[in-house]
Amino acid sequence: MTEEIYQQAIKELAKAAHGAGRLHAPDASVQLDNPLCGDRIALDLRIEDGRIAAIGHETRGCLLCRAAASLIGYAAPGLDGAQLSAVHAEIAALLRGELAAPALWPDFQVFTPVRTHRSRHGCILLPFQALESALVARSAAAERCVSGH
Amino acid sequence: MSFDAAALRAEFPIFTRQTAPLHYLDNAATSQVHGSVLEAMLVHETTSRANVMRGSHRLAEAATEAYEGARAEVARFLNAAGSDEVIFTAGATASLNLAAYAIGATLRPGDEILVSLAEHHSNLVPWQMLRERTGIDLKFVPLTPAGEIDTAALPALVTGRCRLIALTHASNVTGAVTDVAAVVAAARAAGARVLLDGAQRAQHGPVDVQALGVDFYAFSGHKCYGPGGVGVLWGKRDLLAALPPFLGGGGMVGRVESQTSTFTPAPRRFEAGTPPIAAAVGLGAALKWMGSLPWAAIRAHERELLRRLQAGLGNLPGLRLLGRADDLDRLPVVSFDIAGLHPHDVCQVLDRHGVALRGGHHCAQPLMRHFGVDAASRASLAPYSTAADIDALLGALDDAIALLS
Repeated sequence: MTEEIYQQAIKELAKAAHGAGRLHAPDASVQLDNPLCGDRIALDLRIEDGRIAAIGHETRGCLLCRAAASLIGYAAPGLDGAQLSAVHAEIAALLRGELAAPALWPDFQVFTPVRTHRSRHGCILLPFQALESALVARSAAAERCVSGH
Repeated sequence: MSFDAAALRAEFPIFTRQTAPLHYLDNAATSQVHGSVLEAMLVHETTSRANVMRGSHRLAEAATEAYEGARAEVARFLNAAGSDEVIFTAGATASLNLAAYAIGATLRPGDEILVSLAEHHSNLVPWQMLRERTGIDLKFVPLTPAGEIDTAALPALVTGRCRLIALTHASNVTGAVTDVAAVVAAARAAGARVLLDGAQRAQHGPVDVQALGVDFYAFSGHKCYGPGGVGVLWGKRDLLAALPPFLGGGGMVGRVESQTSTFTPAPRRFEAGTPPIAAAVGLGAALKWMGSLPWAAIRAHERELLRRLQAGLGNLPGLRLLGRADDLDRLPVVSFDIAGLHPHDVCQVLDRHGVALRGGHHCAQPLMRHFGVDAASRASLAPYSTAADIDALLGALDDAIALLS
């Protein structure tokens, strides 16, 4: 297994920019910054039947951040909040070195070489944090609607 | 006068203990520690470790002597009127927060403080927080296209309501040195005070606060070849005497009753609790060492390296320097953007070549926006930097561009 961070697969993933662009009339939107380097993601979600129906994002960041956002762009649609939390937890554990390989999202394997570069973990996790924040925002909004506030 | 950077390098343990090449060009973030600093701290901790100003036993006396000796060393470095004008803090950020709190306590809603968009967040956010607490107005000196503080705009900006101008002495992004004389002239005309954030400038040689004519000066130990966890706020004696304390606790009080307390004079009034004693001793050693260096020769050496770096960067495709591309009146700090490449990725590849640069917004997001970028790569030199460091950086940049493009 290569220990090269900037392997071709990551560069292609970033270049593909799956899900790039904002959504019209999204159900939830968030904007998150990486306080260390200034990476920034604006992410929109559309939810149908409790699952992610569409993702749109504008990601200004390093290659790792853009690759992670691209991965989310094609792999996250169809998941519900619980599934996404499980993926996020698995990815964080893999970066911490607590997992040898990703089971839920095998394509995340391309980020494995970043494990030993702790200062870069935040670059990869930023899009996942944005996605979870958007889901939380969506849930809170739905709850307010149900309770009539 | 020639200057032997390689010989100086040998005085820094971090360079002599490396088993792989190390081209450390991240001095604006933290400089390396000189051997005499480590020795002074080791001697202190193994022969004189005790609390200061509290005990009458032999170790306490020795510790107090060492701590106050360090304060006197800081006063010499700054050419302060006396060591009682020197307050030890946890670092430049703590110094600036102390200043913002204590000075802020003397201000009223509608009073103005003037800063710039070229500031490190440490000299911007505390003033924003002060504005939220007290209702003062925060105004900004405009920047030139090169990102420098446009001091020509000051006379029109400094009104009778201006109480303080708080600016960086030198930019941590562009290396530009502020025209302090113009700042002081504008402030004096309006009766305002001047505070300089010297975090960057102090590592490049002794400072003369009296010649500068400023009122407050802040800097950190870890950028001056000393330890982390210690810094300095210098202030004019009469001004410090009029300021209230920031933190309350032991060591800064006279008489403590159940409802009220009296406070000691400066500097102890601003040093509540046990101070960073060993770190202060280390800082004193660092500044003493700095005071022994041939700074004119070092500046000539750094200018030569700066020109070598600028010339090499100028040959790289898609590279844009942030700030001026000359070697006049500036620190050896160079930030740049390479079209299509993120600084985080660039610096990651440089590290493979043993080249240490900082990539990011450098805690100067407003200045990044001024230049139209989110982040930049920054090379910052120190007296121990060599031509080999510059050449290694330029070679590694070729590799980064090839790999990441």
